[in-house]
Amino acid sequence: MPWLLQEKKGPDIHKFPDFVKIVEVGPRDGLQNEKEMVPTEVKIQLIDMLSQTGLSVIEATSFVSSKWVAQMADHTEVLRGINKLPHVRYPVLTPNLQGFQAAVEAGASEVAVFGSASETFSKRNINCSIEESMRRFEQVITAAKQAGIPVRGYVSCTLGCPYEGDIQPAQVKKVVKRLLELGCYEVSLGDTTGAGTAGSMAAMLRAVTTEVPVHALAVHCHDTYGQALANILTALQMGVSVVDSSVAGLGGCPYAKGAGGNVSTEDVVYMLHGLGIETGVDLSKVIEAGEFICQALNRPTSSKVAQATNNCRGEQGTS
Amino acid sequence: MVETIPFTLCFLWSRSYLGAFSLDGVSKRFICPLPERVKIVEVGPRDGLQNEKTIVPAEVKIRLIDMLSEAGLPVIEATSFVSPKWVPQMADQEEVMRGIQRKPGVNYPVLTPNLKGYRAAVTAGAKEVAIFGAASELFSKKNINCSVEESLQRFEEVMKAAKQEGIPVRGYISCVLGCPYEGKVSPVKVAEVAKRLYSMGCYEISLGDTIGVGTPGGMAEMLEAVKKEVPIHALAVHCHDTYGQALANILVALQNGVSVVDSSVAGLGGCPYAQGASGNVATEDVIYMLNGLGIHTGVDLPKLMDAGSYICRSLNRRTSSKVAQATCKL
Repeated sequence: MPWLLQEKKGPDIHKFPDFVKIVEVGPRDGLQNEKEMVPTEVKIQLIDMLSQTGLSVIEATSFVSSKWVAQMADHTEVLRGINKLPHVRYPVLTPNLQGFQAAVEAGASEVAVFGSASETFSKRNINCSIEESMRRFEQVITAAKQAGIPVRGYVSCTLGCPYEGDIQPAQVKKVVKRLLELGCYEVSLGDTTGAGTAGSMAAMLRAVTTEVPVHALAVHCHDTYGQALANILTALQMGVSVVDSSVAGLGGCPYAKGAGGNVSTEDVVYMLHGLGIETGVDLSKVIEAGEFICQALNRPTSSKVAQATNNCRGEQGTS
Repeated sequence: MVETIPFTLCFLWSRSYLGAFSLDGVSKRFICPLPERVKIVEVGPRDGLQNEKTIVPAEVKIRLIDMLSEAGLPVIEATSFVSPKWVPQMADQEEVMRGIQRKPGVNYPVLTPNLKGYRAAVTAGAKEVAIFGAASELFSKKNINCSVEESLQRFEEVMKAAKQEGIPVRGYISCVLGCPYEGKVSPVKVAEVAKRLYSMGCYEISLGDTIGVGTPGGMAEMLEAVKKEVPIHALAVHCHDTYGQALANILVALQNGVSVVDSSVAGLGGCPYAQGASGNVATEDVIYMLNGLGIHTGVDLPKLMDAGSYICRSLNRRTSSKVAQATCKL
């Protein structure tokens, strides 16, 4: 049976958003999944370099207990130490009210909460069911509303769960709707294991957008199986215009040791610019920030654009 | 906070995505019509190994090709009949051709840059050959020491002989989305060269993004121009992953009607223009994407990954396939 659209009208595959907002998650999601502990001053310098690239959103740190995430123990120091540019936002993760209050005290003006489309993942990751996590987030969002602080929502495991396997798109839609109803201004859909493909991305987005406006959605693709850019392309063709990515592809996959994790910002921006999509981002400056953090971490970049650019530098002038 | 999950659980689950189990539960709809079937042209043993520094013994090449045949690949580019002076990796061309076990229904094309190479290929038992043109004048001069027009005249000799002997010829065009010397390449130029090769008698034209700089927009634009001169069923894409764009470019090509994709097991074959950077897209990663789209390829991904592990061990190098990296590191 041919793979045809069920509906007569579908998205125009040749139409892309004019502008895509990149949400840079390297300093938080990226570093959180790196083994090497990074000194505070290095984190601050990384964020300051990223601020100069034209990125408009840089996830700075996470107000979780340092008992769980040692890499983020210096959250207050980082948030106070960075040079906050007026046109850039610096959201921070706040898993609960306690974290939220600490974040606000440290000067946060935007926060994020992290839910899951998979019950098992929710229990294993944050030790509670999806419903319980929503109740926790409700407290955060209520407090945030009172303080005039916008809240971004994340949903993990939207294209598969390391424990449950397939996740039904209807389940993803349910969790997304809940977060938006609670008051999140945007929900980022995470392919946590990177196992998603263009096929499953399209199916999931099709289901979610039956009841959720596409402008409130972002995609957070992992490149563990090399599928991230194809998945992002599919999302763009379906009207998504917010993409999360991580400089130098920081952040491995906690479920497949040594395998890749976050998609690299450099590779995403390269693709978007090649498509004629504006991002406001200066790619060469992102590459520089990536080089800086990779030197500090003593690891090679996971960005293919950065690798190719670095290797080509030595080849200039030769045939 | 995050547990490592048991090996067995993750292995079984990821194997379901590898096509080993039924995909009944996976939605098969996409946002636009896609081909039902895609033919994969496996270029690892030739294009891949040609760009690897380590010289691989003939018996390893033969074993690799045999494993690839078992993995269900319908076309496996076996070797190249170029002078060993230029490409020492392919010096064992005859031994490889005679040594492989040819699976019925599988094609084993070989590269033949000129009539001399063609004759040697046929003597060694080749049943299909390939010729290599360029969409960039400078690249043609630097790579094979003649203009695009001169190269096409050379190929005319090969085409004539191949027609007489009933041997199909595949054409390749390099630099379709950019040239390391000229920079941007006009889609019109690509279309011109494609038209020439097709009208000379090539049954299929593989459009190569030689330095991997192409992005989906450029791919769509180039295909639009080429489709005007060559029917879509006769077009293939040969994407390099040097800038990480290959799968996105392949997806757009499929959306534009292309149903033949070249790729290289384990992503063998670096980029000669950016030392240390990657080159060919990995067959495993392509198959993984196509499986997820419900597109039939006939390829058994676990067996393909076995072939990839084998050649990487022999080369003493890490696979460039992300699917292979993810699946092995549980």
